[in-house]
Amino acid sequence: MKKYLLPSIKLTVALLVLLAVIYPLLIAGIAKMAPGAGDGVKVYRDGKVVGYENIAQAFSDDTYFQPRPSAVGYNAAGSGGSNKGPTNPEFLKTVQDRIDTFMVHNPGVNKADIPTELVTASGSGLDPDLSPEGARIQVKRIATLRRVPEQKLYDLVAAHTQKSLLGPSKVNVLKLNVALDELK
Amino acid sequence: MNSEYLGIIFSYILTICIALLLARYIAKVFLGEKVWTDKLFGPLDRFLFRFMGIKEEEEMTWKEHLKALLTINMLWLVYAFFVLLFQDKLPLNPDHNPGQTPDLAFNTAISFLVNCNLQDYSGESGATYFSQLFVVTFLQFVSAATGIAALAIVFKALKEKTVTKLGNFWVYFTKSITRILLPISIVIATVLAFNGTPASFKGKDTIITMQGDTQNVSRGPAAGMIAIKHLGTNGGGWFGANSAHPLENPNYITNVTEIVAQVILPVALIFAMGIYIRRKKFAYIVFGVMTVGMFMLLIPTIVSEVHGNPAIAHMGINGANTAMEGKEVRLGIPASAYWTTMTTIISTGSVNCMHESMMPMTGGMQLLGMMINCFYGGCGVGILNYYIFIIIAVFISGLMVGRTPEFMGHKVEAKEMKIAAIIALLHPFLILAGTAISSYVIVNHGGAAWTVQPKNWLNNPGYHGFSEMLYQYTSCAANNGSGFEGLADNNMFWNVTAGFVLILARFLPIIGPVAIAGIMAQKKFIPESAGTLKTDTATFGIMTMAVIMIIAALAFFPSLALGPLAEYFSMK
Repeated sequence: MKKYLLPSIKLTVALLVLLAVIYPLLIAGIAKMAPGAGDGVKVYRDGKVVGYENIAQAFSDDTYFQPRPSAVGYNAAGSGGSNKGPTNPEFLKTVQDRIDTFMVHNPGVNKADIPTELVTASGSGLDPDLSPEGARIQVKRIATLRRVPEQKLYDLVAAHTQKSLLGPSKVNVLKLNVALDELK
Repeated sequence: MNSEYLGIIFSYILTICIALLLARYIAKVFLGEKVWTDKLFGPLDRFLFRFMGIKEEEEMTWKEHLKALLTINMLWLVYAFFVLLFQDKLPLNPDHNPGQTPDLAFNTAISFLVNCNLQDYSGESGATYFSQLFVVTFLQFVSAATGIAALAIVFKALKEKTVTKLGNFWVYFTKSITRILLPISIVIATVLAFNGTPASFKGKDTIITMQGDTQNVSRGPAAGMIAIKHLGTNGGGWFGANSAHPLENPNYITNVTEIVAQVILPVALIFAMGIYIRRKKFAYIVFGVMTVGMFMLLIPTIVSEVHGNPAIAHMGINGANTAMEGKEVRLGIPASAYWTTMTTIISTGSVNCMHESMMPMTGGMQLLGMMINCFYGGCGVGILNYYIFIIIAVFISGLMVGRTPEFMGHKVEAKEMKIAAIIALLHPFLILAGTAISSYVIVNHGGAAWTVQPKNWLNNPGYHGFSEMLYQYTSCAANNGSGFEGLADNNMFWNVTAGFVLILARFLPIIGPVAIAGIMAQKKFIPESAGTLKTDTATFGIMTMAVIMIIAALAFFPSLALGPLAEYFSMK
């Protein structure tokens, strides 16, 4: 074994420099040219940072579009899901409670239209997006509270829907809400 | 929905195309032929060899190879343990995270050393930037390279007629990094950075949200680590939520990049074997068996996830996509189902949705994927696991037709068979013994006065709770690293027992195949004749598949019946 120990130590030192120093510095350098300069992409309103584009934040006010439930209270320094199994009675009760709450806050909405994403916690607890259906079903509530025509909000959702050839369509909740405030 | 199926078809086709291109390149690297990266990295290689004081042309026997491999791995284990233990006293800790406890550092150091990347901590609060780079990223490179180097030894043994010297371990290992892992990682990391993954060294950011809350956002030099995490089939995440985290996997483009990145090397190495040993047909048969196996796990997974959770459908809301718990909108259900199959068969163990919240049938397929652990399999080690099954299949086929079992022109005799049998049985032994012990402790010592009482280990009741424990040991024994994360695993019992399973399940399945290949390569070469059992035929492929199925089904069926199958049949 002794014959191999010295080369092992030397190789380890050299590779630490290559892989733990040079490599991450190189990537950090390349990322300087990327959107957000490698610090994460921020969203601004009137020149002020209001959040990260890819990180969900809580919107408890009914006059805003609300993101998906979070098992970690939208804590972006401690991500995670609920880790509840699909047959766990406690989990199923939580989902039922969320449906009931949603129906109270969104009168006039057809229960059969509620997409599951709005009553289940995301994997990261920070899911920044909704499906177009998840955003549209909140339009009635917001239009009533803000006294704006529903059609105007449907158009807003449509304008913020990102479609792609591969993968699902999505709406970024934070950017949608920034646009919602600018609507007047 | 159609665009989502298109997404996974595109991902798979792209994987195979890149793997085919890479295969020739990888074969040339290990054959020592000229490749286009020589100009760029040739001087770096030569510098490293001179610095280490080794001669490139000095060849090693299989025993010398294993001594070198084990020596350097043990060195990394000691090094990683102490860095994690004292990480709070080292630089690059902008978030002021604490040092790890001894049992957590033991588990984490082993876990990354063995290419498993089971994480009993969360990246945001449990590791410093120094640890993330000097332990995690470093070990992600070198553990993948260890697997590839071990495979290169076996390639050499399969190719030659009669040989004792099998190339130089340091050369195989170093070239795996400088010629394969590092250049491809740079490309992947660049794609991630340009799609919004953090890469700078800035610490946690504090912002005021639109409704006036204070939100802390963890960041850091993550892009480079996430690249090698997938390419090296490691799987450990920068953030706690792994690739479900919207900074670790910001959009569908990064999702395709990461899922393709983790499958290209396992597949490319199969084709590289065909080119290296000049038996392309043999490689295609191996690839074919593995692909059939992959689809047998993928299809039930997609069906059960798309079909969703009937208990939620009964609540009267929209019946489509009812399996969204633990998943992300930007990725969707089919891409999550595809990922979960790939990550469990190839030992990556990164997740883009929470495995614990998936449907019972999916959980069963995830477990089965890790129990078999050789459909494509991890970087290098996947083929080594499959090699064990080939040896057993050769032996059984030989007995069935009454011929001396031979493989690649060498006799398979008692010594090799004993090693193969031990390695094949080690995997179920570690998983089932571990699960049995933890179940026993919960039932009989639930109230033991430990930091976390055993009765509080599980996050879910009933069958699913049992699956949590079974999954943990299966993930460790398969060096996978994904988890049913509800399990309270950051405590003495789990950190230590999992640590031992991890280290045994890594090094014995490397030592075994290298030893078998090394011993067989020393034997007299027997030219193929009419009496030789042909191993590059579909018949032999089916035979290998049957051996895999019998070993996996017999050993694991009872435990699967108690966990995911029982949950599946009890679902209303």
